[in-house]
Amino acid sequence: MTYAAGVDVGSTQTKAVIVDEDATIVGRSLLPTGANVVMAAEHAFQAAIRTGQVSEEEVGYVVGTGYGRYRVEFGDTQITEIVCHARGAAEMFPGTETVLDMGGQDTKAIRIAKGGDVLDFCMNDKCAAGTGRFLQSAAAALEINLEELGPTALRGTRPVDISTTCTVFAESEVLSWLAKGKKMEDILLGVHRSIASRSFGLMRRVGIVGEVTFTGGVTRNEAMVVVLNEILGTDMNVSEESHYIGALGAALFALERIRHGRVAALQEEGV
Amino acid sequence: MSTAVIDSPIVGRGARDGGRLFRDWFSGLSELAEAGGRAAYVFVMGSMAELVQTFDMPVVFPEINSLQTAVRRVSDKYLSLAEDHGFSPDVCGYLKADYALQVLGGEHPMGRVPKPSVAILTNACNTYFKWAEIWERMYDVPTVAIDVPGSREAPNVRTPSPADLERDRRYVAHQIDELIPVLEKVSGKKFDIDRLREVLGRTNEMGRGWRRVLELNRGTPAVFDAMMEGTIFLGVANALRGTQAGADYFTELAEEMEYKREHGISPLVDQEEKHRLAFVGVPCYPIFRRFYELFSEWGGVFASSTYMWFASGGLNLDFEYDLDRPLESLAEGVLLNVTKAMDAMLFHDQALIQAIDDFNLDGVVYHPIKSCRTVSTSLADSRRVVLEQRDVLALYIESDMMDKRVVSEAQLKNRIDAFFEGLDSRKLRLERSG
Repeated sequence: MTYAAGVDVGSTQTKAVIVDEDATIVGRSLLPTGANVVMAAEHAFQAAIRTGQVSEEEVGYVVGTGYGRYRVEFGDTQITEIVCHARGAAEMFPGTETVLDMGGQDTKAIRIAKGGDVLDFCMNDKCAAGTGRFLQSAAAALEINLEELGPTALRGTRPVDISTTCTVFAESEVLSWLAKGKKMEDILLGVHRSIASRSFGLMRRVGIVGEVTFTGGVTRNEAMVVVLNEILGTDMNVSEESHYIGALGAALFALERIRHGRVAALQEEGV
Repeated sequence: MSTAVIDSPIVGRGARDGGRLFRDWFSGLSELAEAGGRAAYVFVMGSMAELVQTFDMPVVFPEINSLQTAVRRVSDKYLSLAEDHGFSPDVCGYLKADYALQVLGGEHPMGRVPKPSVAILTNACNTYFKWAEIWERMYDVPTVAIDVPGSREAPNVRTPSPADLERDRRYVAHQIDELIPVLEKVSGKKFDIDRLREVLGRTNEMGRGWRRVLELNRGTPAVFDAMMEGTIFLGVANALRGTQAGADYFTELAEEMEYKREHGISPLVDQEEKHRLAFVGVPCYPIFRRFYELFSEWGGVFASSTYMWFASGGLNLDFEYDLDRPLESLAEGVLLNVTKAMDAMLFHDQALIQAIDDFNLDGVVYHPIKSCRTVSTSLADSRRVVLEQRDVLALYIESDMMDKRVVSEAQLKNRIDAFFEGLDSRKLRLERSG
């Protein structure tokens, strides 16, 4: 059995996925990226093959993706995360035509054809206001864990209006709402709405068509899913594996390369 | 293809000669500045360069001076100085670099820029007015604004009736009549209509070459890159407008492009043309070479560019000056040139769709820039319309023409790579489906 691997080196977390020849996920891992991007990629890959009980020699092709894709030194090629998220989303949810990927520093809206070809995409530029980083700033200001953000926000009933367009200033705006006596859950619900509204704007730029699939690290935040669903007026596709969709897309491209390599070899032999 | 064909001296002649002519032109300005001489300041859109030349007045294009500071990687010094003096980071980078250049006594990476003797502007760009006011205050020189009428209504560009056009032309002609005595006073020379006839004739010649060059890029492979080499051509087209050297340059450039078309010579080196693109906007000058490579490394060629429409002083238009009535025709030329330049900036979606068909394009690259809202405002709408009407991919990347603080090469590369991955994937799918 030959396996294919995708390693998605994001700004905050590194994900690795191993798929078998049927494109079934057999191993996965998720680690903080940290300062040493090369090591993060290596460790994530090793952890993924361990969970899949696959040996390194059995992995026939590795595709690196994410902002650190060129630092996946053991990778065979690199593909942008935009294309990988599109491919992974189409595999996991075949009806997908719009993808929203919300990561640590990037948010991307991607329009795709059935099958995963990218038709159009838009990303946040120069500013991390509509990304996971904004949530991190709010969590830091309120001194709570990232895992608590979603459940706390969902308890909110009267969301405050977060008007700042800057992640750095968001922290002071959150503190000013606290000083005015607003409840933490209402402030956090406001933060989630602010991010969701920016993401909605990005999606509108590419056009919101067909099924919408939510990918990236912020998919684990249940409040963000709820708020986005409200704004969109529909339920997005989300799964426990959504965080791995970029790495899955990369692994699927790796699998394609293995298959093409085999076809080319057969053609060379005249079969 | 034989090496002799590619190594022929005609291949690359336009880029070499263009660079030389441009440097020579700037050296002339530098010598003038060092000798304490002055020049007429004009802008790229609606330049009046032909009229100025009839008075033997050298011409300075401040926009070109400014973009050269970015190409030569020193624009930050100029922008910082202007901002130290109170200009906002949001003000046009061209204006700020020129302001700083004036404060520094004309100091420029290519030499020295002479001070103005007169400034002539049109309403093709709203910043031109405030910009010229700075020179007026700094140097107490006459500043003449030509108000060029025109109305625009999306989605269709309005075509004036012949009667409206004639009224508009007369309105511009009257302003040119008022400009002539100003130029006579500044230069100390009388206006010579036969001289204007000669100059306009040379611009006509230049325009024929320019349009032929653009036309030759319709074939595959493209014979020049409309963003990289196109910028060199634009420099010559503006700086040497109305001169014999400029007219000869474009005649010879058309010959070179004919040769490249005949022999299928692409502008890409060691790379096959894989994707034919249109470029919309102004290039990213702070990393100009690298910006070009981000596309060319993927086999992407800009076969067409709106920049070559709106910054060429109307050379792309199917218009020639009527030498039997030069002043009337000059007014008509300025009217059309400014109107169409603004259309090419603000309402280019239908022209782009035509270019997609004529040039067999796979994709359109939109490059809005922070420094210039005028050229960036309509791009998102144009992109939406083009994608609705044609099966192409579009890329929307934001940076700047001058300010490297808002240029992130890593962000640009990520988006450009994804764009080409999409183009490659689509091409493969189309090939497989026959």
